[in-house]
Amino acid sequence: MVEHRPLSDIIAYAILTLGIFIVAFPVYLALIASTHDAATVVGGRMPLSPGDQMLENYYRAVFVGGARTSREPVAQMLINSFISAFGIALGKIFISMLSAYAVVYFRFPFRKTAFWIIFVTLMLPVEVRIYPTYKVVADLKMLDTYAGLILPLIASATGTLLFRQFFMTIPEELLEASRIDGAGPFRFFWDTLLPLSVTTIAALFVIQFIYGWNQYLWPLLITTQDSMQTIVIGIKKMLYTTDELAEWQLAMATAILAMLPPVAVVVFMQRLFVRGLVETEK
Amino acid sequence: MANVTLRNVRKTYAGGFEAIKGIDFDVGDGQFCVLVGPSGCGKSTLLRMVAGLETITGGEIDIGGRVVNQIEPADRDIAMVFQNYALYPHMTVYNNMAYGLRNRRMAEAEIKTRVEEAARILELGTMLDRKPRQLSGGQRQRVAMGRAIVRQPKVFLFDEPLSNLDAKLRIAMRVEIRKLQRRLSTTSIYVTHDQLEAMTLADILVVMNGGQVEQIGNPLEIYQKPATTFVASFIGAPPMNLMPLRSDEIKSQLAGDARANEAGILGIRPEDFVITSETVSGGVALGLTVEAIERVGAETFVYGTRQHEVQGVAATPGELPPGEIIVRIPGAVGPAIGERIRAVAASDKLHLFTADGRKRVG
Repeated sequence: MVEHRPLSDIIAYAILTLGIFIVAFPVYLALIASTHDAATVVGGRMPLSPGDQMLENYYRAVFVGGARTSREPVAQMLINSFISAFGIALGKIFISMLSAYAVVYFRFPFRKTAFWIIFVTLMLPVEVRIYPTYKVVADLKMLDTYAGLILPLIASATGTLLFRQFFMTIPEELLEASRIDGAGPFRFFWDTLLPLSVTTIAALFVIQFIYGWNQYLWPLLITTQDSMQTIVIGIKKMLYTTDELAEWQLAMATAILAMLPPVAVVVFMQRLFVRGLVETEK
Repeated sequence: MANVTLRNVRKTYAGGFEAIKGIDFDVGDGQFCVLVGPSGCGKSTLLRMVAGLETITGGEIDIGGRVVNQIEPADRDIAMVFQNYALYPHMTVYNNMAYGLRNRRMAEAEIKTRVEEAARILELGTMLDRKPRQLSGGQRQRVAMGRAIVRQPKVFLFDEPLSNLDAKLRIAMRVEIRKLQRRLSTTSIYVTHDQLEAMTLADILVVMNGGQVEQIGNPLEIYQKPATTFVASFIGAPPMNLMPLRSDEIKSQLAGDARANEAGILGIRPEDFVITSETVSGGVALGLTVEAIERVGAETFVYGTRQHEVQGVAATPGELPPGEIIVRIPGAVGPAIGERIRAVAASDKLHLFTADGRKRVG
């Protein structure tokens, strides 16, 4: 039993509040900066209260684009980021579920070897294999395409491992009951394995969507046209300017916008996730 | 409706381990066959081989006149009830039962009729829309049975279906399974390690040990004339008292008995003893010191030690420690702890086995 004393409660809450403050303050500052005009932000004395330029700034960021810097409106970048993050997350789930299904449920020669080869790729992230990957994508004429943004990133050992562990907790009898009920490998996958995996899929989707959304190096390498750039690169481009003042208020508005989709995904998927944890099925 | 015939069925695993060492038996149409044995004896493996979930490495399994060695489980026309029920957790009770039928492309109207009929028989009518996790253990058990019934298969296979239930429910479900099987008269094979379940359910009882059949037959026959010491100690609770014939105390008493020449082990069931000072001609009398008493109301179990120190016979599951004897007497009155008693068994109550316990001699 933990004894409840008013003093210890106050201290605990104070520490928690301090933690929230440390995490939330930069975000708050970005939000405030996105509501002032350029002069106020650059002036060096950033106010801590919202300004009156919010609509103007967000409108410009989303639809017009920084006149002198990024050249492309954020709307297009958001779409690009969303397509590639969504594609990466779905692609990873698809590939890793199928490979885990093969590794767990099928007996074929070199099954263990296949699993270990997948496992070893954990040690080969994009950064390590970036030159050959670039070469392959370039030869396939996939530079400046969504396929080029997505495909090289979807092979996932993490996802395969996660699904493998999950599949191994599903009782063998369920497979056997399916076999007796006349369900072949495809039916078993579709009718039983997939519905049972919903919470695992949700968890993996959250992780991989954010992974895809935050990609920087790979999109930077393979996109050359402004119309294909992702929002993470867009923010970066807004800040590095030659002979110009960076439009900080627009960059901050873009940063806030860039945060929203991952936050939305976490908030929405969390409900599924928690439901999966509460209603334990066996 | 179908016979199930096993001919010299063998199972050897890749590592060379021989799980099933050549088994032959035949289950007649509509009969209830129970495979019983200690854990690891191969009974579940054998059932799974009949189901098609394990490959058969030797011999033949024949269901309804068709050798099924190479046939997929779904095409063997069998239905199986699993120990942990193996219900699809994400499907409703209705869909759990309907799934196998839908995979066979049966018309939805026919499926509905069959599922509703099964639900009526099993009293699941109000639960068709629930998910398995909303059901109690006994209800899940019924759904698992329902899933088997709706298929109207040639053979039901049960893999220890009652072992996850509590004692009271287990007895109730045992009776229900038996009634249901009689009513549908579907050939059934049932695996259990519980000898009481085996005795009460079986038309044919197959006692297995170490991948081999020890004895096949009617449960009462097996109880009355166990073929080996293994069967003798496995079937019946408390187990049969087994003692070596080497000790002079017993040997001298059996001097006139022709069977005793071949025999090495004597077995006497606890209920076949009478505590008396009279001498029974041709029988055996044992002098015991009472060590413990269990009174369960209708009967009393007396645990005694033989006064002559003896060496143990081959250890088999359920066997008593060497020199210990259980006597079952009706009623609640009996001797006191520490008392010396004389337990007598008549000559026709004696079971005699060869010294290795593998053969009954009388």
